[in-house]
Amino acid sequence: MMHPILTLLVQRIALSLLLLLAVSVVIFVGTEILPGDVARVILGQGAPEQAVENLRAQMGLDRPATVRYFEWLFNALQGDFGVALSNRRDIATAIGQRLGNTMFLAAVAAAFAVPLAIFLGLLAVRYQNRWPDRLISGVTLTAISLPEFLLGYVIMYVFAVQLGWFPSVSSVHGGMSFWQKLNAVALPAMVLTLVVLAHMMRMTRAAILNVMQSAYIETAELKGLRKLTLIFRHAMPNAIAPIVNVVMINLAYLVVGVVVIEVVFVYPGMGQYLVDHVSRRDVPVVQACGLIFATVYIGLNLVADLVSILTNPRLRHPK
Amino acid sequence: MSRQRDKAPEGQPLLDVQNLRIEATIYEPGEPPRDAVIVDDVSFSLPRGKVLGLIGESGAGKSTIGLAALAYGRGGIRLTGGAIRLNGRDIRAARPGELRRLRGEEVTYVAQSAAAAFNPARRLMDQVTEATLVHGLMSEREAKARAVELFRVLKLPDPESFGRRYPHQVSGGQLQRAMTAMALCPKPDLVIFDEPTTALDVTTQIDVLAAIKNAIAETGVAALYITHDLAVVAQVSDDIMVLRHGKMVEYGPVQQIIEAPREEYTRALVSVRQIDHVEAPPSPEPLMVLQGITARYGSMTSDVLSDVSVDLHAGQTLALVGESGSGKSTVARVITGLLPPRAGTVRFEGRDLTPALKNRPREDLRQIQMIYQMADVAMNPRQTVRTIIGRPLEFYFGLRGRKRDQRVQELLDAIELGKGFADRYPAELSGGQKQRVCIARALAADPKLIICDEVTSALDPLVADGILKLLLDLQKREQVAYLFITHDIATVRAIADSIAVMYQGRVQRYGTKTQVLSPPFDDYTDLLLSSVPEMKLGWLEHVLATRKMESAGN
Repeated sequence: MMHPILTLLVQRIALSLLLLLAVSVVIFVGTEILPGDVARVILGQGAPEQAVENLRAQMGLDRPATVRYFEWLFNALQGDFGVALSNRRDIATAIGQRLGNTMFLAAVAAAFAVPLAIFLGLLAVRYQNRWPDRLISGVTLTAISLPEFLLGYVIMYVFAVQLGWFPSVSSVHGGMSFWQKLNAVALPAMVLTLVVLAHMMRMTRAAILNVMQSAYIETAELKGLRKLTLIFRHAMPNAIAPIVNVVMINLAYLVVGVVVIEVVFVYPGMGQYLVDHVSRRDVPVVQACGLIFATVYIGLNLVADLVSILTNPRLRHPK
Repeated sequence: MSRQRDKAPEGQPLLDVQNLRIEATIYEPGEPPRDAVIVDDVSFSLPRGKVLGLIGESGAGKSTIGLAALAYGRGGIRLTGGAIRLNGRDIRAARPGELRRLRGEEVTYVAQSAAAAFNPARRLMDQVTEATLVHGLMSEREAKARAVELFRVLKLPDPESFGRRYPHQVSGGQLQRAMTAMALCPKPDLVIFDEPTTALDVTTQIDVLAAIKNAIAETGVAALYITHDLAVVAQVSDDIMVLRHGKMVEYGPVQQIIEAPREEYTRALVSVRQIDHVEAPPSPEPLMVLQGITARYGSMTSDVLSDVSVDLHAGQTLALVGESGSGKSTVARVITGLLPPRAGTVRFEGRDLTPALKNRPREDLRQIQMIYQMADVAMNPRQTVRTIIGRPLEFYFGLRGRKRDQRVQELLDAIELGKGFADRYPAELSGGQKQRVCIARALAADPKLIICDEVTSALDPLVADGILKLLLDLQKREQVAYLFITHDIATVRAIADSIAVMYQGRVQRYGTKTQVLSPPFDDYTDLLLSSVPEMKLGWLEHVLATRKMESAGN
């Protein structure tokens, strides 16, 4: 008999893989039913019918969709996404570098945003409905209410143009050292931090406040604990699951949803790459990006699920 | 590395409360916030090492006074007047830092529901020793050794390793004792026990009570013991204060309060549960016959009920008695069809009832009604009393308009609520009134059988008494039969004609009230009967010395 928690974990992971498979079907079918024929797009409207037919046969587009789907899937599983139609370059290589850039920016933003959001959330609970709480909520909500590009330009104006601390264009390339890269992404990371901070902070605050209603918080208070110790020791452990959930959603956003910021700071990441190729109807690239984004989303949500299972003492230590 | 604590000068009480006044801001829907006086002009003093019992109904301000000894007010409660002197200083004026030192070091608290008062995410040992360590009273090793010692004094199983468990891994009775260990660990001067045994089965209560009394005696700590059960508090207290509506009714030594109460209200509390009900003889033709009922839930691998067979006679009361988990409520679910049995039949008026609820004809549904323990959650909070009671009238009899309203009023009269209640919402009723409305709703269907599931357990003793009297009265007039599910033997004595004692899903003992309650007893029935607190000094010691078996919780 397996430990019940192991069964649960295996179930969750299997479910995620199944979900990913379903998403791959949706992505493939979705791009399949889009109007327009790839061969014709490549050859142009005026191309003779025979040439289009030939190209279709050459690209294997005349075979049944199911065959092409499984071929695409197995290749993708081995890291081969084919070549981009528009420039004939290997998609995996192109994405590899850009995904690395996106991950770097996301990681830097997350490294600041997550601890900061949780700390501010704790502080807001500690001073609930007093001025520090209102100030934190006010500032973070203002930041989230402003459009990202505006926030980006304001920060660029202040820190790059006026103060000159950081470069306004965040170009990175392979030859740069870690610190040079960090310097380059400082401004977009700052904007992203401001964008995701409010959501995570508010959820941390709400999750902890919810736990603060519990009788065991009163017990802790009657033990003479300091408020912050009490929140940290007694409220936090019981609020981890919802906090991790919102953190993961925001991390996913940092990877998947940063198109605008990448454009503003001319950052060579996934978002820009995707947008470029969507406009060129480059179906294989769109499929590859879709699959990668879906994997990131499902993977991070899986982590959130696993954490909430692992932090539940009832599951970890059954009777 | 124990720290020197300010002690009260010799001859002065440990805790001295003078003219205490506590107020709260009350927010009622639809009304502007108003201030209400929760506790008014209460004075008492507690010498070192003594136990004072605070007793009264819910809303009497007992817990509020108890928490005031920690200078703590729940929600919007404010200590607005009087003096609370602990160890010679007024703690009402204490600064936050001073308050933190007081809480958990000088005064500790044992809550009613230990299950809720322990943090589910942390091990018991961490929580038991936390206050001791936070206040730097002992080294970690000393604190753990003391906790293990307390686990031993409190008769917890496996004291060496008990602290490694999480709260959900131990039983309710054990958790309540662990909470007592938590309160005693920092060697406080005063412990506030806030209804520490109320949520427990009567058979578990007696052990926890004995453990607490023993621990108080061994550590020499002073205590405020809060409860609504005078018989319980009589076992552990030196003095008793009776409270009502936030005011002191009577205050004196325990013997005087129990044996020679001066006030009318105290006399009522002492004589509560002394309803005299003469049992009726079984009729030749029972109204309902349960035959070999065996049942289990969903995917369970063992039966919750095995081979339960009992009879219920028209116009009489069958009491199902047993501790929690004995299968009492499952019997009710089988009868009502909520849980079709795996084997056995329910015969009602000479014919078999369809096992599943959804296949039963409406007439069968009408004949069997239910009343629940939690009257609040058994009513829709957005419906008026008229709608609530009127619903079965419309559903079963098709009564509408004036006729329906007239019948609703008759039913309200029958439950002694009278005029003006029909348009109220459940939130505007007291606990006892809510339960009365639930009774009226059951009666509205004009049933032959009403299943009463712990209907008085959540009520104060005097209110519960009123409900029991009403039920008996209605039985006499309407000839309705009751299946009365309870864990409280005193209630059984007051209302039953026959009794079935349930233990681990089986009927352990069954017969008329006289038969079941007369010796010789089997071991379990003996335990159950002897565990009911009696309004006698020294009862606890006597029972512990003479009973035949220990409760299953141990």
